[in-house]
Amino acid sequence: MKKILMKGNEAIAEAAVTSECRFYAGYPITPQNEIPEYMSEHLSEVGGVFIQAESEIAAINMVYGASAAGVRAMTSSSSPGISLKQEGISFLAGAQLPAVIVNIQRGGPGLGNISGSQSDYFQTVKGGGHGDYRLLVYAPYNLQEMWDLTMLAFDKADEYRNPVMLLGDGILGQMMEPFYPTPYVRPKLPEKTWALNGCAGRTPNVIKSLYMGDGELEQSNYQLKAKYDKMKKNDVLYDETDTTDAELIVVAFGSAARIAFSAVKQMQKEGLKVGLFRPITLFPFPEVRLKELAEAGRCRFLTIELNNGQMVEDVRLAVNGKTAVEFYGRPGGAIMNAEEIYEVIKKLL
Amino acid sequence: MKNILEVQLERQMEQVFKRPESLKRVHFRYCPGCGHSIIHRMIAECIDELGIRERVIGIAPVGCAVYAYDYFNFDMIECAHGRPPAVATAIKRVNPDNIVFSYQGDGDLAAIGMGEIVHAAARGEKLSVFFINNATYGMTGGQMAPTTLLKQHTTTTTRGRMANTDGYPLRIAELLATLEGVSFAARTALNDIKNVIKTKQLVRKVFEKQINGEGFSFLEILSPCPTDWHLSPVDSLKWIETEMMKVYEARIFKDTQQKDG
Ligand SMILES: Cc1ncc(C[n+]2csc(CCOP(=O)(O)OP(=O)(O)O)c2C)c(N)n1
Ligand code: SF4
Repeated sequence: MKKILMKGNEAIAEAAVTSECRFYAGYPITPQNEIPEYMSEHLSEVGGVFIQAESEIAAINMVYGASAAGVRAMTSSSSPGISLKQEGISFLAGAQLPAVIVNIQRGGPGLGNISGSQSDYFQTVKGGGHGDYRLLVYAPYNLQEMWDLTMLAFDKADEYRNPVMLLGDGILGQMMEPFYPTPYVRPKLPEKTWALNGCAGRTPNVIKSLYMGDGELEQSNYQLKAKYDKMKKNDVLYDETDTTDAELIVVAFGSAARIAFSAVKQMQKEGLKVGLFRPITLFPFPEVRLKELAEAGRCRFLTIELNNGQMVEDVRLAVNGKTAVEFYGRPGGAIMNAEEIYEVIKKLL
Repeated sequence: MKNILEVQLERQMEQVFKRPESLKRVHFRYCPGCGHSIIHRMIAECIDELGIRERVIGIAPVGCAVYAYDYFNFDMIECAHGRPPAVATAIKRVNPDNIVFSYQGDGDLAAIGMGEIVHAAARGEKLSVFFINNATYGMTGGQMAPTTLLKQHTTTTTRGRMANTDGYPLRIAELLATLEGVSFAARTALNDIKNVIKTKQLVRKVFEKQINGEGFSFLEILSPCPTDWHLSPVDSLKWIETEMMKVYEARIFKDTQQKDG
């Protein structure tokens, strides 16, 4: 297979079309505009529906409707727009509807700026909207993963009947690099017998998130919890390099991992024992493996993020005091470089 | 299952009034004299008469009528407060052969969901929308709605709605009628038998527009909420006539034929 060259945002959009996404609604916001632009041009070619919504709120609710009607549906936005989508995301989770939501993060809070950031980690992983729900969260770090994980996101959303978030950022969204456009192979997935398409030949279907009957809501919440427990068991993804005999393990995801990787490679060349651990799923978090690594050696951890310290809390929880977990980050408005990280690591060794 | 009485009655005489197939065999839990029960029944009867039950998808609002999914005997979805037009838009675009309607109160449609309804209408989505104007927020206990009349007492306008602090009532049917995407916009009332019969004809029309592939069709219904108006069911109907209909004219504001093109 030949590699192709695309922008990150376009790779996500094309991967969505290839993995049979047939509905997209969105509202323009930088740095993710290539996604709606690409979808507007290409969805109709495969019989899909594109709608430029009047707001992010309308867009996520359109996704709610399209998903209820049985098609694969996606929306994308960047941080301020994702804040507006939280109501709809909570309803998708409550009504157990599949959907793929892409957040190409920019710096916040407020309007912030338009360059890449990772400051929506808490919002994405800890809830964001109201209620006891979780998203399956994928954090790609290069274009190959943006392609592959978009496809996986649609499958997992259908498998679990739960919204799945693809958490990128402005750096990944705007970057161009070659990758293999692997073809989509649909796994065996449950039939959408719950979908709304008219009740001909069956009893009517009802899709809702309201449970007023005695004990009903609690039961529904246990059902959701069972799904999240299953994700924790089966869907954790991470990548690690040279962690086994490392003196220091850098923990980073997405763009921060990419930047950190250059620094780590340089140090390894110099014979320094530095490894990299990269969570690919942020929920479920690779806590079991991190705990193992913490217990196995006497290495320390350094969490690097493009924010003021969010994922580091989960790393500390996983490690549970077994070893020191340091933090280095640059918040919204700044992007670190490999030399900077090199210096930070050097001081810790 | 039919009971013995039903079987005997059927044998003896032709049945002229029965529960529509489009209603489940459960009791409405609306307050006595509430307009929601009447409108639900009309919608169900029209869907039966048009023979479209197996094609229909209904969207329940957040409001007293959220339980519409417990009563209607066809595919139903409940969604976030005010968002039915966005949800309906996507369902209809994905499954154009379905007949999709939203059913919304005045808090749902005219306050929190104003953006969604105006844009669905402006896009000319091929939807049927029923807007139940009872001049108050029923479900949350009778607060002011955008449609509350001036001087009307509610739990958040205890001295009566005042224009200088609370603004003016919104006339949604007139407002939507100005939009090019709208194929039909009308207001009707449940104040007396004559208007109830007329309302049912209009409910039917709003569905027929969609069946014929015409654009967005909208029916506003002035509907009693005896509980939050603190009036008897009978006095509530009088109040619709003497107070509401002075501000909210019951008529057809727009009726065009907009075929696909
Ligand atoms: C986002 C959100 N805000 C507020 C509420 C609370 N709430 C429930 S129903 C309602 C208004 C209902 O009034 P209306 O739409 O007029 O319907 P009615 O009950 O009168 O039929 C409100 C404000 C909610 N459920 N969700
Ligand atoms: S509160 Fe009003 S709108 Fe709600 S069910 Fe009772 S009468 Fe009907």
